[in-house]
Amino acid sequence: MWAWEPLRIWLAGLITPYFAAPLLTAVQILMVMVALILVMAFYTLAERKIIGWMQSRRGPNRVNLFWVPGLGQPFADVVKLLFKEILIPADANKVLFRLAPFLTMIPALAIWAVMPFAPEKAFANIDAGLLYILAMTSLGVYGVILAGWSANSKYAFLGAMRSAAQIVAYEIAMGFAMVGVLMAAGSLNMGRIVEAQHGGFLSWNWFWLFPLLVVYYISGVAETNRAPFDVAEGESEIVAGFHVDYSGMAFALFFIAEYVNMILISALTVVFFFGGWLSPLDGIAPASSLIAQPSFFWFGLKTLVPMFGFLWLRATFPRYRYDQIMRLGWKALIPVTLVWLLVEGALIYCHVGPWKVHS
Amino acid sequence: MFATILFFAFAAVLLGSALGVILSRNPVHSAMLLVLCFFNSAVIWLLLNAEFLGIVLVLVYVGAVMVLFLFVVMMLDINVEELRKGIAGYWPVALAVAGFVVFAILNVIVVRHLGGVALRTAPALPAGYSNTHVLGVALFTRYAYPAQIAAVILLVASVAAIVLTLRRRPGLKPQDVAEQVRVRAKDRVRIVRMNAEKRQ
Repeated sequence: MWAWEPLRIWLAGLITPYFAAPLLTAVQILMVMVALILVMAFYTLAERKIIGWMQSRRGPNRVNLFWVPGLGQPFADVVKLLFKEILIPADANKVLFRLAPFLTMIPALAIWAVMPFAPEKAFANIDAGLLYILAMTSLGVYGVILAGWSANSKYAFLGAMRSAAQIVAYEIAMGFAMVGVLMAAGSLNMGRIVEAQHGGFLSWNWFWLFPLLVVYYISGVAETNRAPFDVAEGESEIVAGFHVDYSGMAFALFFIAEYVNMILISALTVVFFFGGWLSPLDGIAPASSLIAQPSFFWFGLKTLVPMFGFLWLRATFPRYRYDQIMRLGWKALIPVTLVWLLVEGALIYCHVGPWKVHS
Repeated sequence: MFATILFFAFAAVLLGSALGVILSRNPVHSAMLLVLCFFNSAVIWLLLNAEFLGIVLVLVYVGAVMVLFLFVVMMLDINVEELRKGIAGYWPVALAVAGFVVFAILNVIVVRHLGGVALRTAPALPAGYSNTHVLGVALFTRYAYPAQIAAVILLVASVAAIVLTLRRRPGLKPQDVAEQVRVRAKDRVRIVRMNAEKRQ
């Protein structure tokens, strides 16, 4: 991915050159994972701080880091969770109970393999990138179901059942929204989806596919079991839902996976609808200037906006009732996508909009 | 070389987990092992440059079918021991079915040579070959109508399944959002005008 020469040469000299390429990839994967976990750690802090400010509180302000009150909170949380005992209920299915956190965590990280961070910068620039994302997101539900079932607890099981039905329902709306994106790009390749949106702020997909953007984002919030769709762990009804019996780092894996998935949905929203790495100043600022160039900077900056949206939604809306969630998914979001796919097809057919007609 | 090692590793896991599916005593374990089976078959497809089929296998079978399957298996309290009683007596039938399947597979591979495709010398793929692209072109040109007809049949089947399971329970009070939104204050509140009375 990154042709950072000193690292590559050092790795090549370390052992035989044959293994240099896989080793370089492994080091790069490790770098992205560490960066991701760090972003996730500070995202939890940002969540508590921002929701605190929205509710006229201060949020965490006890643990100082670099003399900033509250900045060390994520690390304090990690240390706390690391030193907690992992309890396994006596009547639980031991194998599946241990397996479930991993099955939640692995797909959440595996999806980043096709994420286009910057031009030509992705681990796997595969032609079926969009399909890969759909396949991997659909795996996340296993961790939730198995966690709920294997704990042998009614609360956990209820949470798992709610979550499974919800994720399966919203995956359909999400998939249809992605179909609209791939119609606009004419490709399943993530890099080409971004490139197809070039040409400035208004040629990004959000303008012409606005209903699909709304559907995608709402489905993304539902898919990650976040408020206002957090019935899977509704604290006031079923304690903590599917992960009620997990403690320590086993719980932390669910927690990390949830936040990584939130970052992922935000990044995918940016890739699909807000031009990924493309610069919003393209065509406004002089073309030679640095800020008009496509880069990771824009990708990262844009990703922060939907990430903030997740927190904003949580601080604003009360929890949906279960039947209302199902109605919204099946009777509102899916029809909207179907209608807009027809409209989009007609627009492409009539040469309206920024899209090239694909031969 | 490397691909061969990978193939044998994944094939071994595939066979092992397939055995586990039928030997496991816990139905949920069986379902999870079946998921592992699908995953390994998908990887083997990836090794054969059929990335579209591999990913679609994971998407459809692992992501949707098996989730619902697991859902049902978890909710039903199946007593496997009860079901297995006397199953050993059926071994002649099992042997016949297994023999027929082995015969059919051998027939396709050995006698028919997979319809003329040589096993050892698969044609080299052209540079820039994309399984997804080729399949897409084939599906939308040559096989456009079969694909559409298959889709309609599936749609009809799912509509039929929903209709068959739809029951109207008397006394149910479902929420009608449209009606709730239409409500105006005058439908709910009656404002009565009363003149103030003199104090006694």
